[in-house]
Amino acid sequence: MTKMLMKGNEAIAEAAIRSGCKLFFGYPITPSTEIPEYMSKKLKEVGGTFLQAESEVAAINMVYGASATGVRVMTASSSPGYSLKQEGLSYLAAVELPAVIVDIMRAGPGLGGLGPTQADYFQITKGGGHGDYHPIVLAPATVQEMVDLTMEAFDLADEYRTPVVIAADGILGQMMEPVEFPKGSSKDLPHKDWAATGAKGREKVNVSNYCLTNEIGERNCLHLQKKHEYIKPRVQRWKSYKTEDAEFIIVAFGTSGRISETAVDLARKEGIKLGLIRPITLWPFPEKAFEGILDQVKGFMSVELSTGQMIEDVRLVVNGKVPVKFFGKQGGMTPAPEEIVTSFKAQFGLE
Amino acid sequence: MKKVFGRTKGLTERAFHYCPGCTHGIIHRILAEALEELDLIENAIGVAPVGCAGFCEVYFSCDMIGAAHGRAIAVGTGAKRARPENTVFTYQGDGDAGAIGLAETISAAARGENITSIFVNNSIYGMTGGQMAPTTLPGQKTSTSPFGRDPEVAGHPIDLPLLLSHVEGSAYIASVSVDTPKNVLAAKKALKKGFQTQMEGKGFSFISILSTCPTNWGMSPAKAIKWLQDNMQTHFTMGELKVKE
Repeated sequence: MTKMLMKGNEAIAEAAIRSGCKLFFGYPITPSTEIPEYMSKKLKEVGGTFLQAESEVAAINMVYGASATGVRVMTASSSPGYSLKQEGLSYLAAVELPAVIVDIMRAGPGLGGLGPTQADYFQITKGGGHGDYHPIVLAPATVQEMVDLTMEAFDLADEYRTPVVIAADGILGQMMEPVEFPKGSSKDLPHKDWAATGAKGREKVNVSNYCLTNEIGERNCLHLQKKHEYIKPRVQRWKSYKTEDAEFIIVAFGTSGRISETAVDLARKEGIKLGLIRPITLWPFPEKAFEGILDQVKGFMSVELSTGQMIEDVRLVVNGKVPVKFFGKQGGMTPAPEEIVTSFKAQFGLE
Repeated sequence: MKKVFGRTKGLTERAFHYCPGCTHGIIHRILAEALEELDLIENAIGVAPVGCAGFCEVYFSCDMIGAAHGRAIAVGTGAKRARPENTVFTYQGDGDAGAIGLAETISAAARGENITSIFVNNSIYGMTGGQMAPTTLPGQKTSTSPFGRDPEVAGHPIDLPLLLSHVEGSAYIASVSVDTPKNVLAAKKALKKGFQTQMEGKGFSFISILSTCPTNWGMSPAKAIKWLQDNMQTHFTMGELKVKE
């Protein structure tokens, strides 16, 4: 397989096309704009359609309309735009429509800045829009993972009939790295017999979930809840790094996970048995990664590009057994590995 | 006995939930007849709105998609771009297409989006119980303009079909009414022309239909029709406003 040097955003776009994504609807926003730009050039070559929407809200609802007809479709945005898309996310989840949504996160709140951040963790993993739902959330840490996870995202979306979010930050979106494109998957996925394609030779379908009967509303919510519980043990992904003998563990995803790997190496040079759990699925949170190591570990530290969001999920898994500390950078700043080690040692009294 | 009239195949057997005297029922029927007469029941994909017509998905015999408030045209755009071989229509109220979804409506017209949008204007928010709409007339009392709409404070009603007729990309724009049998026939003709415009690939078609809301207007059905004729038909531009050849 030939390696190509590609920017993260372009790698996601190319991976989507190779996954059979036929339509892209989007609205330009830094630092994710290369995705619509790439799609506007390349989708045509494969008989697909690119459309620049009038707004983020319109774009996600176009995704909803296209997905309702059973085709593979994607949109991409960055944090303030992702906030706007939350309406559509809630509707996609409610009607169980597969779609891939990319969030190349930038600093907030408000207009914020263009620097890298992971502060969308709450709004991506906890539903974010109205009602009880979770999209599957995949967090790459390298450009190669952006390729692999985008390809997987389309399969997961179809397999579980759910929106899937790729959550990365501006560094990953803008960074160039060598990548390989694996062959598209040949997974046996369910036939989309629910799609609106014209009621020829079959009963008509309604792709909707409007109901004014509380009992039906309850049934719908419990159905989604059951699906979430089904997804949870099946979809968890993570990378463990030097956790076998670890006495302390950093939990960090995406860019902060990558920096934390170097921090682990630095700490180990000082004789500290530090390890790393790098969640790749942010929802479902990879609880399994913590199985069997809770008894050997004296403490965890969540390292994030935020004021501390994923730490709440880490605390839920650790359940008070050992201390869970936090180190973060905010507003577009990223930590040096040394800063992580210094903070870690200070917080656990290892100096 | 020879059967001379029957229920159109474009409608399911489901009984309408609409209030007595509401003209959604008439509009549903002529839309469904148009689908049947153009042989579109097995081809069309309809997009249902939020509002009184939110349940229209269970009444039309074609495939339907339920959209968020104001987003039906964006949803219809997505469906049409995915499946250009299908005839796609949206069914929306005045708040849906004229207020919260105004950007979607105008942008679709500007793109010449090859879909058909049916706009039911009853100058009030029916589903939520009679609040001011973008088409509420000056002086008209609603539950959020209890002293009558004051244009100084609440602005002016939007004449949406007139506005859209000036947008490059719109192909067929008509403003009709279902207050008399003659106008019902004219409205049905406009709906068919809208669908034909789409089938010929000419671009965006938009049919505005003046409708009554006796419940929220606080009038009998007969009085509501009279009010529509005296106030709405005189305020809004009527007729075929744009016909692209």
